[in-house]
Amino acid sequence: MSDILVRIDGKEVEASQGMTVLEAAQSADISIPTLCHHEKLEPFGGCRLCIVEVQVGDWMKRVVSCVYPVEKNLIVRTRSEMIDKIRKMILELQLAHAPDSPELLDLAQEYGADKDRFDKEASFCIHCGLCVRYCDEVKKKNAVGFVDRGIRKEISFIPEIAAKECWDCKECFPLCPTEALQAAFVLTKSLISPPLSHEPLSEE
Amino acid sequence: MPRINSPSELEKLRQGILSDRDPEKPCITLCSGSACHATGSGDVAASIETEIEKQGLSAELDLRKTGCHGFCERGPIIVNHPEESCYFQIKPEDIPEIVSQAVKEKGIVERLLYTDLNTDEKIINESEIPFYKNQERLVLGSNGSIDPKSIDDYLAIGGYSALEKALSQMTPEQVLEEVKKSNLRGRGGGGFPAGRKWEESRNAPGDIKYVIVNADEGDPGAYMDRSLLEGNPHSVLEGLMIGAYAIGSHEGYIYVRQEYPLAVENLTIALKLAEEYGFLGKNILGSNFNFNIIVHKGAGAFVCGESSALMTALEGRAGEPRPKYIHTAVKGVWDNPSVLNNVETWANVPLIINKGADWFTKIGTEKSKGTKIFSLVGKITNTGLVEVPMGITLRDIIFEIGGGIPGSKKFKAVQTGGPSGGCIPENLLDLEVGFDELSKAGSMMGSGGMIVMDEDTCMVDVARYFIDFLTDESCGKCVPCREGLRQMLKVLTNITEGKGNEGDIELLEELSEVAKEASLCALGTSAPNPFLSTVRYFRNEYEAHIKEKRCPALACKELIAYHVDPDKCQACMICARKCPADAVDGDKKKIHIIDQEKCTKCGTCFEVCPSRFGAVNKISRESVPPPIAEEKRIITRKSKEK
Repeated sequence: MSDILVRIDGKEVEASQGMTVLEAAQSADISIPTLCHHEKLEPFGGCRLCIVEVQVGDWMKRVVSCVYPVEKNLIVRTRSEMIDKIRKMILELQLAHAPDSPELLDLAQEYGADKDRFDKEASFCIHCGLCVRYCDEVKKKNAVGFVDRGIRKEISFIPEIAAKECWDCKECFPLCPTEALQAAFVLTKSLISPPLSHEPLSEE
Repeated sequence: MPRINSPSELEKLRQGILSDRDPEKPCITLCSGSACHATGSGDVAASIETEIEKQGLSAELDLRKTGCHGFCERGPIIVNHPEESCYFQIKPEDIPEIVSQAVKEKGIVERLLYTDLNTDEKIINESEIPFYKNQERLVLGSNGSIDPKSIDDYLAIGGYSALEKALSQMTPEQVLEEVKKSNLRGRGGGGFPAGRKWEESRNAPGDIKYVIVNADEGDPGAYMDRSLLEGNPHSVLEGLMIGAYAIGSHEGYIYVRQEYPLAVENLTIALKLAEEYGFLGKNILGSNFNFNIIVHKGAGAFVCGESSALMTALEGRAGEPRPKYIHTAVKGVWDNPSVLNNVETWANVPLIINKGADWFTKIGTEKSKGTKIFSLVGKITNTGLVEVPMGITLRDIIFEIGGGIPGSKKFKAVQTGGPSGGCIPENLLDLEVGFDELSKAGSMMGSGGMIVMDEDTCMVDVARYFIDFLTDESCGKCVPCREGLRQMLKVLTNITEGKGNEGDIELLEELSEVAKEASLCALGTSAPNPFLSTVRYFRNEYEAHIKEKRCPALACKELIAYHVDPDKCQACMICARKCPADAVDGDKKKIHIIDQEKCTKCGTCFEVCPSRFGAVNKISRESVPPPIAEEKRIITRKSKEK
């Protein structure tokens, strides 16, 4: 495939057909913040933190770089007043769930996000879906999934699969930018007493 | 039924059906759509059947159970053919009179006719009633004359002649050109030109292409697509077949809500019959064109009306939208080019092919052609489905067709475009209805919901209601929509409960901006509209709630109070007896007082207080006067006069 020349923050970057703007930027050491992106996984486009401005000809639009494909003569700006404003708000909304997440706190500092802007929510989960997608796409086990939708959406382990697969894996644990996955896993563990009866329930 | 193999066989069949039918033979059509079913049309149908048998008329009188006529406020509706006299709000006990007097004697049952609200005049024919007179029912019109379960009924009114014309006289390119020329824009929300979408799919690489009907109508109060599918399913199928021919697709899907059982039933019957007759399958009408349709029942998520979410759901996965920087027309279901149009859009296609783009473009405005069906609901005299030419003013829809606001209340706003639409105030009532005009006013066409609100409606509460709906229906995949709406709902709820703070409007504006700019799909990007349009036109109501803790419409429960006016109370005990919270203190001859602590603000006292007293007032919470002194509460009645 022929190379595509794009300009990111003023820097000429060579990219190939099929690459996303985020991948092109990363290849040139230009940093764009992400929360739901993982190189082993299909782009998700959920956290929207990697939003950038792209310009084709005279037409400017804001797109999320993890899913937007590169094209010829594309001009990309990874920061602007509006982009920073959006990222700040996204971080503040997420910090209502996970106020102690180091990853979020670092980004909050960068974008001037106030971790206490919104009242704290009960669930830590920021719905990045890394655990869910990793278990599906990489491990092909689907031991963890999303249940319900909208603001009631949660991750949940499927007890029958988790009992068989999770003990020797736990590869999703370090992916989680918060402690939510751990919490959900422990919760499920307590629910599936028969297959795991060697773990006394009272230990919880 | 032997399969039809050519255009000439189709015409022969059609002539056969028509010659078997005597247009002068008496026939009663009864509206049997879901809305009339709810008001008892099933029982009416049974009663008609019994009466026909009882009076020995089975050879002389037909009963046809049709789809929705649109005038749902007055259903069930009967039209007596060939005279076309029509009767409203029919009950089973009215049937003997209609059958003997109207059908046998060819007379009129005066008491069941429509009475004009202004002139008190009785109106015999549907077409003379103001509700219908000002409409242009091109798409919906056939609903009242055919039995949706009968393909012969559809053929008798010229059904499938557009398909025949497309297949036998036009190339796919010509069909596409005609639709492009008609400038038919999508009736489901965005108003994207259907022809351009078709062309994009036609030109996209790939042998497998899909055409899809979006019948996942989910806007609160909207039911035009349901009524079309229930009442005239073949028109939608015919449109889909023509579209498939134009883009080179051989497989179609109908994504219909499971909550529409009658639509699913009628569709399934229609598909079976279309297959039997040879309008589906291989070598349709001898044209070498092959096409099949599959009905897919949606599991009930509003977001599945969004194209990429619908397609994800069709593939058997959770209905969540996906990024579509590449159009679904190019990369849709299983990554194949997929044309998705809404029910009403597809139903317009046979009309365009039959009558031509030139005819179609004569109707409507410069940029919005044809007609649009709206479901006119809320505080409106004539609730129902109305089909009007684009360019008609909102005022004409609401006051001429809709008959205005009931109960001599004042009009306040009309909400168009479904939950993510907006509210349009009184000073814009002369706005011409069209895709761009509505967007410019901060609302949108959407699929055609039109909710009329009167002076008793609080606009902050309306915004809260729709944001609540959208919060519930957000799929939860992206942050600006899921978390943004969660916060917006909290702030709006606080404002309606009198807990709003300075800066709330600005916070809502900021959350709106981020949701609009950064959400993944159209649900999120349009979700702030209920707030944005109400704050644009009714900012003073927001400010009254926040600064003065006052609801100007006296609708927000936390901010109002009910109060008995001691000068008007006649101590009749009606409100005291009806109060479910036992909050009214009083006795016969003792002026009533509402205990504000106990009152749940259900409004029962307000409703039941006899209008000749009018003693119960709805007032702002802040201005409740102290209860009158105990000794002044005793009434001494001088006489028994009124």
